[in-house]
Amino acid sequence: MAEKITIGELHLSGCTGCLVTLADTYEGLFKLLDDYADLVYALTLVDVRHVPEMDVCLVEGSCCLDDKISVEELKEARAKSKVLVAYGGCAAYGNITRFCRGGQWNQPGQEAFVPISEVVDVDLYIPSCPPCPQEVRNVAVMAYLLLRGNDEQKKLATAYLTPLMQLAQRGNEACGCDLMYDVINQGLCMGCGTCAGTCPVRAVTMEYGKPNVNRDLCIKCGACYAQCPRSWFNFDVMNNYEGIMDAIKGAMQ
Amino acid sequence: MDVLGNYKSAISARSTDKDILKKAQDGGIITTLFAYALEEGIIDGAIVAGPGNEPWKPEPMVVTTKAELLAAAGTRYTISPNVSLIKEATRSYGLDRVGIVGTPCQIQAIRKAQLYPIGMRDVDDKIALALGIFCMENLSYQALEAMVEDHCNQKMESVVKMDIGKGKFTVYTERGAVSQMPLKLIHKYVQPGCNVCLDYVANLADISSGSVGSPDGWSTVFARSTKGNAVWDGAIAAGCFETKPIDQVKPGLDLVTKLATEKITKNQKNVDARKTIGLKADGTPKGLRNPYESP
Ligand SMILES: Cc1cc2nc3c(=O)[nH]c(=O)nc-3n(C[C@H](O)[C@H](O)[C@H](O)COP(=O)(O)OP(=O)(O)OC[C@H]3O[C@@H](n4cnc5c(N)ncnc54)[C@H](O)[C@@H]3O)c2cc1C
Ligand code: SF4
Ligand code: SF4
Ligand code: SF4
Repeated sequence: MAEKITIGELHLSGCTGCLVTLADTYEGLFKLLDDYADLVYALTLVDVRHVPEMDVCLVEGSCCLDDKISVEELKEARAKSKVLVAYGGCAAYGNITRFCRGGQWNQPGQEAFVPISEVVDVDLYIPSCPPCPQEVRNVAVMAYLLLRGNDEQKKLATAYLTPLMQLAQRGNEACGCDLMYDVINQGLCMGCGTCAGTCPVRAVTMEYGKPNVNRDLCIKCGACYAQCPRSWFNFDVMNNYEGIMDAIKGAMQ
Repeated sequence: MDVLGNYKSAISARSTDKDILKKAQDGGIITTLFAYALEEGIIDGAIVAGPGNEPWKPEPMVVTTKAELLAAAGTRYTISPNVSLIKEATRSYGLDRVGIVGTPCQIQAIRKAQLYPIGMRDVDDKIALALGIFCMENLSYQALEAMVEDHCNQKMESVVKMDIGKGKFTVYTERGAVSQMPLKLIHKYVQPGCNVCLDYVANLADISSGSVGSPDGWSTVFARSTKGNAVWDGAIAAGCFETKPIDQVKPGLDLVTKLATEKITKNQKNVDARKTIGLKADGTPKGLRNPYESP
């Protein structure tokens, strides 16, 4: 087995739900740590004070501009990691921190929170609130194949990771409205219902075969659009779904 | 991949269950397979298009009994967002092995949810049987109403069966009337999302089925994945279906291939046309978003 990759989690203005999700892969986490990745930085889980060099840095939370340490650590993480991931809705899109207007306890002076891509370049997004443990697992396995695999594995990992990298290029604003603007208004929605099934706060319902978003409920996590088969559908990966799922399952056994 | 996708076997089949055949659209393949899978413990429940609160309006539903399956049998030619329940089925309903039926696009959605489970916690390994139904296009409920009530002059609540075949949309009423409209007239009612759809026979399903290719009352069946193949073999061994080799029925796979090729060619053209629909200031074309290239 090839040398492991190194992964870290930088915790900014998030609720720790993303970090818990990392551990929520249960035995999967141990398998990942045994064979594929060393966790070199993470709140509570790893006793390391300063941002180290790492292959993959998962950043949880948005960046508070009023907290100089957050800005510095984020930049340091960018400088020291090969792949910087906006891990979860807050890092990618701001998520609930988009609603912050300051005055909250116990840091009433902090009111400016931005998705991390306002401060650093981001390579890849894992949206949703919280992110899904199986997606983190898949990205971790693919990152390992990308950095340590043979040519064929590198090709598969690249194909798999490409849409998540494209999401990072697409921008840092998310809302249930994306289903309107980028799917329905574009003439692409076919009423599968995935968006409604995805939304963690049940802001999306299907009315006469099309999504209806309760925008007051929407927390801006970006899951619905990313999960929609008409946001992207990469046949090169999907047509091989059986093989890829078996491979991931095999890797985790 | 060719237009019919990967499959291990193609066959013409019909359920041996008379109760199912009475309610089913074609050969009762979907209802019979779910009933078999429930019985065998292959699935704990299935997501189907259940009866809704308006005539012919389906409502996605998690069912766990044959009676409920029967109540949801038959095709409703309007959107039933079945994928909206896949996470719910594993949570509120507590299913560990979920069956789901869907159009090709819905099966695509399921595979994406398994490969990229971004907001689909604990779903990927719980999809135990994804059955696909062939699909040329789908309609909003209001469009279906316009076809039935304005074109065919029948009341939605009086219709007992709707069918598409031989170039016509046909409705059968409870009093025995049969009304038809030519399929070419339904084009303007088709939901736009179908015009970029590149799958006719649910290439990514475990097993997929439709009427095209087989005689009336029979269905064409593709057993595709390893899992789908095992379920299909089991159901045959259990006597759930009568079968005929696909090359011995008329019109057979040639027609399926022809229709699939027509659909995909037409829609690929639509996808391509979107790339140059507009005009930039420098005189070069401006395109719309292409989901097959990037989000
Ligand atoms: C919109 C649409 C277009 C179709 N176009 C074609 C076609 O061009 N060529 C072809 O050969 N076949 C087509 N079919 C499939 C065909 O009508 C039958 O559904 C299929 O042959 C299965 O019949 P069966 O007797 O095996 O299934 P049954 O035992 O009758 O079961 C059908 C199952 O499908 C579910 N269902 C019904 N309506 C929907 C819906 N709208 N969305 C999702 N699930 C639903 C039901 O709940 C039931 O579980 C289409 C189906 C739909 C819904
Ligand atoms: S509608 Fe739901 S899934 Fe979509 S961005 Fe809002 S909260 Fe997230
Ligand atoms: S997930 Fe399905 S229903 Fe929702 S916007 Fe996308 S295509 Fe439409
Ligand atoms: S034509 Fe395609 S997009 Fe439209 S309902 Fe059928 S499978 Fe879905």
